[in-house]
Amino acid sequence: MKFIACIKQVPDSEAKVKAEGGAVSWGDAPLVINPFDEYAVEGALQQREATNGSVTALCIGPESAREALKHALAMGADEAILVSDPALNELDTVGAARVLAAAIQKIGGVDMVLFGRQTLDTGSGVTAAQTARVLGWSMLGLVGQIKVEERSVQVERVIEEGRQSVKANLPAVLSVVQSIGEPRYPSFMGIRKAGKATIPVWSLSDLGITAPAPLVTRSELLNPPAREMTIEIITGDSPTAIAETLVEKILAEKVL
Amino acid sequence: MKTFVYIDHFKGDAQPAAWEALGLAKSFGSAIAVVFGSNVDDVIKNAFEYGADEVLLADDSALTDYRAETYASTLTALASSLSPNLILFPTTTRTREFAAMSALDLNSNVITDATGIEVNGDSVVVTRPIYEGKLFEKVTCSGTPQFITIRGRAFPKPEQQVGRSGTITKVEAKTDSLSTVEGYSVAAVGVSLSDAGVIVSGGRGVSNNPSLTPPAGLDDKQAEIWKAQQGFGLITELATTLGGAVGASRAAVDAGYIPYSNQVGQTGKVVAPDLYIACGISGAIQHLAGIRSAKMVVAINKDSDAPIFKQARYGVVGDLFQIVPALNAAFKKKLGK
Repeated sequence: MKFIACIKQVPDSEAKVKAEGGAVSWGDAPLVINPFDEYAVEGALQQREATNGSVTALCIGPESAREALKHALAMGADEAILVSDPALNELDTVGAARVLAAAIQKIGGVDMVLFGRQTLDTGSGVTAAQTARVLGWSMLGLVGQIKVEERSVQVERVIEEGRQSVKANLPAVLSVVQSIGEPRYPSFMGIRKAGKATIPVWSLSDLGITAPAPLVTRSELLNPPAREMTIEIITGDSPTAIAETLVEKILAEKVL
Repeated sequence: MKTFVYIDHFKGDAQPAAWEALGLAKSFGSAIAVVFGSNVDDVIKNAFEYGADEVLLADDSALTDYRAETYASTLTALASSLSPNLILFPTTTRTREFAAMSALDLNSNVITDATGIEVNGDSVVVTRPIYEGKLFEKVTCSGTPQFITIRGRAFPKPEQQVGRSGTITKVEAKTDSLSTVEGYSVAAVGVSLSDAGVIVSGGRGVSNNPSLTPPAGLDDKQAEIWKAQQGFGLITELATTLGGAVGASRAAVDAGYIPYSNQVGQTGKVVAPDLYIACGISGAIQHLAGIRSAKMVVAINKDSDAPIFKQARYGVVGDLFQIVPALNAAFKKKLGK
C-alpha cells in the first residue's frame, strides 16, 4: 500500500517567538519538522511495515524545508517530495489543502495520507480535513490507533469524551495523535541515506494548478499583552500557616 | 448580521463553550442555534435558555454519531439555503473538522480558536493565538459565510433564563458518509482543561516525595511512576475541592506519570483558567506560553530560581507534598466543604 505523510517545517518549540515589524521572528532558533508531524511519519512507517508498502513524505515550503523532509527520510520514509513555488508564500489552509491534494493526485495510487494533529506555528489543525474534502476521500481525525484491512481502515479516534471506533473506506486521510506511538529516532543508516537522497521539487506548473488566492488574511500581528507581574512569595512557620495565608490572599483577589 | 451558532454536543451533553458562542452571537444581534443528532431535547431546551431565538434541528439517525462527511454536508446544505453571514462554533475535535470541510464547500474558510471578535458592519476581524500562544494574529476571511470556532472561556457565558423557549425548525440531514461508527469507549473525564475555571497541575517534581516507600517488587522506573501517582493523588484532591481539572507539564507526561490528555502548554492544551496552581513545575517556555491566559498563577516549587515564579502572582518555595495537602485543608475550611 502507498502511504503519504504530509509534513511542515516550523520554528523549534523552544524558540522565543516575537512579532517584529509586522513579521514573525524566532531569532536564531532552528527550523525543524513540526513535532506533531513526526507522529504522522511514525504512523505511516508502522503501516508500511504492516502492509509491505511504501511511504512518501510530502511538504510545501521553501528550499530550506528539505531539511524537514530529510528528517522523515532518516526516520525511514522511502522518498520525499518538496512542493516549492514563489507564488505559495501566502497560502491559507484551503490553499494548502488544494496544493497538497494536487500533489497527492500527481503521485497517484495513494491509499492513505497521514497528517499531524496540527502545526506548531499557525496551528489551525484543519488542513487534513480540507485536503480530504478536496480529494473526496474519507476523513478520520485525531487517530490514535490504525488497523488497515483489504480496502478499508479501522481506527480509534481520540475525542474529548474518550475514544470513537470508526471504519472507513480507503483511500482515506488521517490526522494522528501521540498515542500512535513515539516517533522513532533516525538511525545512522537512515541519516546517511537521507544525506544522499535527491528530493524532487515540484512547482505549481508541475502540478498543473495556479496559486490559490488566500481567503483568510492577516491584518495585524501582536505580542501578547505584557503582564505586570509582581510575585509575592508566601512564607510562614508551617505548611498550614503558609497554606492559610495563601488561601486568604487568593480568595481576597476574587478570581474564584 | 445573520448569525448561526452550532451547538456541539456528545450524546446530548453540550459543550459549555457553545453557550459562550450563543452569548457572543446575541451581542451582534439575533442568534439562530443549529443542532444535529437525535435525542437532543435537553440541548435544544438549553439553547433557548442561553439565548437562542430559533433552533434549526437536523434530527436524523444518520447524525446520531459524529462523522465528518455527514456533518459537513448537512451544514453546507443548510448554509447554502439559508445564507447566514456568520457561523460560530465552540472549538472541539468535531467542529474544527467539519466546519473546515463545510467552509471549503462554500468557497470560504474557517478561522479557529478565536479569542476576540470585532464586528463592524460586514467586517469581522478575529483575534487568535498562534505559535502556541506566544503570539496573536488578527485575521479576516473574505468568504461568506464566515466560519469561526471560538476558544472556551474566551467570551462570557450568558445568564441562563430558565423556561425561555422558541421555535424549532426542522432541516434536512445529508447522509453521504464514507465511514461507519462501530462504538465508543467513553473515558471518565472530569472537568476538561479547556473549560476549567481552576487547574491544579503537576510536573516532574511530583515523583520526588522522599517520605514514600514504594511497594516491594517494583523496579526503579515503576517505583518512580508509583510515587508520581501518589503525588498526582494529592493534586487531584486539591483540584476536586476547587471543582477544577488536573493538568500536567510535558515532563510529567513524557515520564509516563499521567496521560497526554492532561498536558498543558507546548504540544498540549492552551488553557485559560481563573486560577492555575503549578506544583513541582519548573516552567519551560512552552508551558508558560500555554498558561499565559490564566488570570492568576500560583507556583509551588522547591527551587526558588524556577522560571515558573516569573509568571506567578503568588509563590511558595517549599515541598509540594506538604504544601498541597495543607492548601487543600485550608481551602476546604474557608469554602465550608
